[in-house]
Amino acid sequence: MINAWEVGTMVAVVAGVVGFFVVLRGSAFPAHAIPNGAFAGAAGANLMGISPLLGLGAFSLLGAVAIGTLGRRTRSDVATALVLVLMLALGAAFLSQSTEYEPQIFSLLFGEILGVSTSQLTPVLIIGAVCILATFAMFRQLMLTCLVPDIAHSKGLRPAVVDLMFLVIVAGATTMTVPVVGALLIFTLMIGPPAAARCLTHRPGVAMALSVAISVSVVWAAIASSFQSNWPVGFFVGVFSAAWYGVARLAHTALRARRTTLATAISYTAAS
Amino acid sequence: MTTTPANSTRAPVLEFDDVSLAFGSRRILDHVSFEIRAGEFTGLIGSNGVGKTTLLKVILGTQRIQSGDIRINGTKRTARLRSVGYVPQKVSIDADVPIRSRDFVALGLDAHRFGLRRRTTEDRRRVDELLEAVDATSFADARLGDLSGGEQQRVLIAHALVSEPSLLLLDEPLANLDPRSVQEIVALLHNIAATRDVAVFLSAHEMNALLPVMDRIVYLTGGRAASGTTDEVVRSDVLSALYGHHVDVLQLHGRVLVVAEPGTTTDHLPSHETLKVD
Repeated sequence: MINAWEVGTMVAVVAGVVGFFVVLRGSAFPAHAIPNGAFAGAAGANLMGISPLLGLGAFSLLGAVAIGTLGRRTRSDVATALVLVLMLALGAAFLSQSTEYEPQIFSLLFGEILGVSTSQLTPVLIIGAVCILATFAMFRQLMLTCLVPDIAHSKGLRPAVVDLMFLVIVAGATTMTVPVVGALLIFTLMIGPPAAARCLTHRPGVAMALSVAISVSVVWAAIASSFQSNWPVGFFVGVFSAAWYGVARLAHTALRARRTTLATAISYTAAS
Repeated sequence: MTTTPANSTRAPVLEFDDVSLAFGSRRILDHVSFEIRAGEFTGLIGSNGVGKTTLLKVILGTQRIQSGDIRINGTKRTARLRSVGYVPQKVSIDADVPIRSRDFVALGLDAHRFGLRRRTTEDRRRVDELLEAVDATSFADARLGDLSGGEQQRVLIAHALVSEPSLLLLDEPLANLDPRSVQEIVALLHNIAATRDVAVFLSAHEMNALLPVMDRIVYLTGGRAASGTTDEVVRSDVLSALYGHHVDVLQLHGRVLVVAEPGTTTDHLPSHETLKVD
């Protein structure tokens, strides 16, 4: 068994970086669908007796491409839902054929941060690094296409292609993180910390750094709490992510209210 | 021609040469030709749905044409990445995106490229200079999504200009702005055309706000276009020929009214400029 702190930190960093754009681009639903579909891939791989990482990777990628290409023709939420349902159905079929039923599902859905095998470490590290590099490489394109897609298009960028490439990055992040934190929890980690971060600053670079910092703090606090209480890590990851978002949202509202009061006061002074 | 404006001797920034485009049986552009020159403010005037946005997309290269030639700086449909700045219509910036005005202007430098690049002192100087040029310095560090429509419009213009294009396209930038912001943006764009050697090409369904600053006009209706100076185009005989039926052009208190004969449909006339008699 390898160190839970190291694995947890790695996952948190990737989730913080990729999740930043998941939140900005409004891709929360695909980011929920891809890991859940990927779980079916892991179940299938398990059935065939190959590495679950292969199944996860194949299904994540398939899901991302399906959502990205179908979403162009029909409404993207419908396309995402259909892909999700189809992959979950496959997952149900694979699991029904499997002999090791419950513990397997539990660890795929909720993760096994304390039971990652050393053989998985290298592929997880490589995929994570590629995801982070790809996100940085596309930083400005991702920013511009989500803010004003028409301008991006006029610069020769195809918003649909950028979207598809980003979903592939999400698929990569999913593949490396599902074995560690599970299909349901990676979604928590990709949404909570970035959503909190964007409330706390106006600067994109700072917001991404904050997103990573919050994500890492959530994972560390969750591991520590889990050691103490013997409750699952996933429970704490979910609760701490949501708590961070709640606090950041309140701070954001308070700051804005103070600014408005100040502006009103100034305009009154100027008027009188 | 006996009197030639100084600008006419220079090569046009944008040339439309016999351009045609139809969606099915609906003709959007029917053998349209016109030119746009550097340092000039040109209005693309036509009623809603006449194809102004499509014409701008043709220039940007995101909409194909069926026949004709389009030249930008004398070359056919090339180098559009750097030589054309674009402000689309109805931009709504998500207030949840953490980005300041100055970050968005900086995105105009190189957002279409891959990779992270450290901003140089020169980049920062250019961003500051553009923010000042559009009078946006006071909200340079504010979140873009928190700004008013007029303020966002200024930042979008700075974003479009920061890569130093020779042609600036704006799609209905005055729609949804209050009258004061309209005047400010028009004055700003006029100033930009005159001082930065940029050809400003702006679409609008209402020309009156533009009359004081418009050097040239491209008047679009039913797929056909008339172009020239405002005095050459906004005339009864020219517009009647363009519409295919008689219209009168009235000058009233410095405003122009295009009036159709009773009985003819005025739906295709630019809105607010048709006279409605109760």
